[in-house]
Amino acid sequence: MVLLSIIQPSTLAIAAALTGIGLVALALWLAGLISPRSFNPQKGEAYECGIPTRGESMAQFKVGYYLFAILFLMFDVECVFLFPWAVRVKELGGAGLVSIAVFFIILVLGLVYAWRKGALEWK
Amino acid sequence: MFDFSQLTNWIHATLCGLMPEWAAITTECVLIGLVLLMVYSLLALFYIYFERKVCAAFQCRIGPDRVGPMGLLQSFADMFKMLIKELISLNHTDKFLFALAPYLVILASMLAFAVLPWGNGLQVLDFNIGIFFLIAVSSIGVLGILLAGWSSNNKFTLIGALRSGAQMVSYELSIGLSVLTMVCLAGTMSVEGIVMEQKDLWFIFSGHIPAIIAFIIYLIAGTAETNRGPFDLPEAESELTAGYHTEYSGIHFGFFYLAEYLNLFIVSGVATLLFFGGWMPLHFPGWDGFNAIMDYIPSVVWFIGKAIAVSFIIIWFKWTFPRLRIDQMLTLEWKYLLPINLFNLVLMVLVVVYGLHF
Repeated sequence: MVLLSIIQPSTLAIAAALTGIGLVALALWLAGLISPRSFNPQKGEAYECGIPTRGESMAQFKVGYYLFAILFLMFDVECVFLFPWAVRVKELGGAGLVSIAVFFIILVLGLVYAWRKGALEWK
Repeated sequence: MFDFSQLTNWIHATLCGLMPEWAAITTECVLIGLVLLMVYSLLALFYIYFERKVCAAFQCRIGPDRVGPMGLLQSFADMFKMLIKELISLNHTDKFLFALAPYLVILASMLAFAVLPWGNGLQVLDFNIGIFFLIAVSSIGVLGILLAGWSSNNKFTLIGALRSGAQMVSYELSIGLSVLTMVCLAGTMSVEGIVMEQKDLWFIFSGHIPAIIAFIIYLIAGTAETNRGPFDLPEAESELTAGYHTEYSGIHFGFFYLAEYLNLFIVSGVATLLFFGGWMPLHFPGWDGFNAIMDYIPSVVWFIGKAIAVSFIIIWFKWTFPRLRIDQMLTLEWKYLLPINLFNLVLMVLVVVYGLHF
């Protein structure tokens, strides 16, 4: 990776991000040039069942999704904490194994608790 | 094996001879952007064609065969059709979020795409936390999907987006843990480093049982992460018309379509990187003659070939299994894959610490 030593990776990451934004902007601009335009009051309606939509669509939704999002947040943060240890697992050897086991057991206990509480059921 | 860094070095040296260094670096960034753009769109168009052909073969049909030789130009025709469709503006949408959503989806897949190792010395982005960066940026895509569903002001899109959010967020955990398992074996998070660790033997062979379990879990979670196959309930067309992108028209819809196929490639590319050696040819320790012959096949061919083979398996899932219900999907992740994954991580750590791998 010689290119890498010349250019900072953060510069390259910004270049890649700008490429993504550029792709969307370019295609939208092109579509705006060549696509047809017409106006009809019916066109703006929501694509549901052919009749005007009833009530508010940005409404309340099932709380079950929220519960899984919370569970994900916990486990994902714990997963992030495991990454630095995973890189050094060979060098740390047995001693590292014991100290990470404490953390790992707490993680598993969290899962067992959520399971026993019925948080993993879709009701 | 041809080292592509010779080429990039030569380009840099030539540009530095013509202009000051900051201008050379800017030019290189623009060139990299153009190459990324080109490969990104061509690969997405190829994947659309590939999926349609594979699907046709599974259903004993011929598939697209009218536009160009063997229908090869079909996806180009589709792209132009999408470009000349009208972009319909709706009455009660949240205009800003509605426009922002495709940007986020494309941005996430483009950043993840830049991390993939294409060949020997042919890689755009390489951090010392490469694979971690890849997981981090690919989770931005969930935000785009949630915004798309929420801002469309439609009940179908809202349900589709929430299902998609729950699904992608849950299965991301499995992806993260399988990657963690393989990072334990590799001892590095840099993409280049992971490839180099596999120069004697691919991880799927050297990590034996835990690596194979991690691969199977990764494949299932990756299928769910791309909203494909048996996990396509966010866009279940018989229940939700098209899920979160129902209200998008023309090229706006095209972005979601593009990102979906690119995510399929990225998931296969990461599976290739972690389990099948990235661009590294098939090597066995001690078989020097065999290894030397394998080195004659270019590294780019190895990477793309392996990635397409993995995508073929994922497409195969789609046309084989019936769609899951949302409670079955969440049960599969939280009650089966997650405990197996945690157990597998312990197994891998024991294998690594006590040196039981090949």
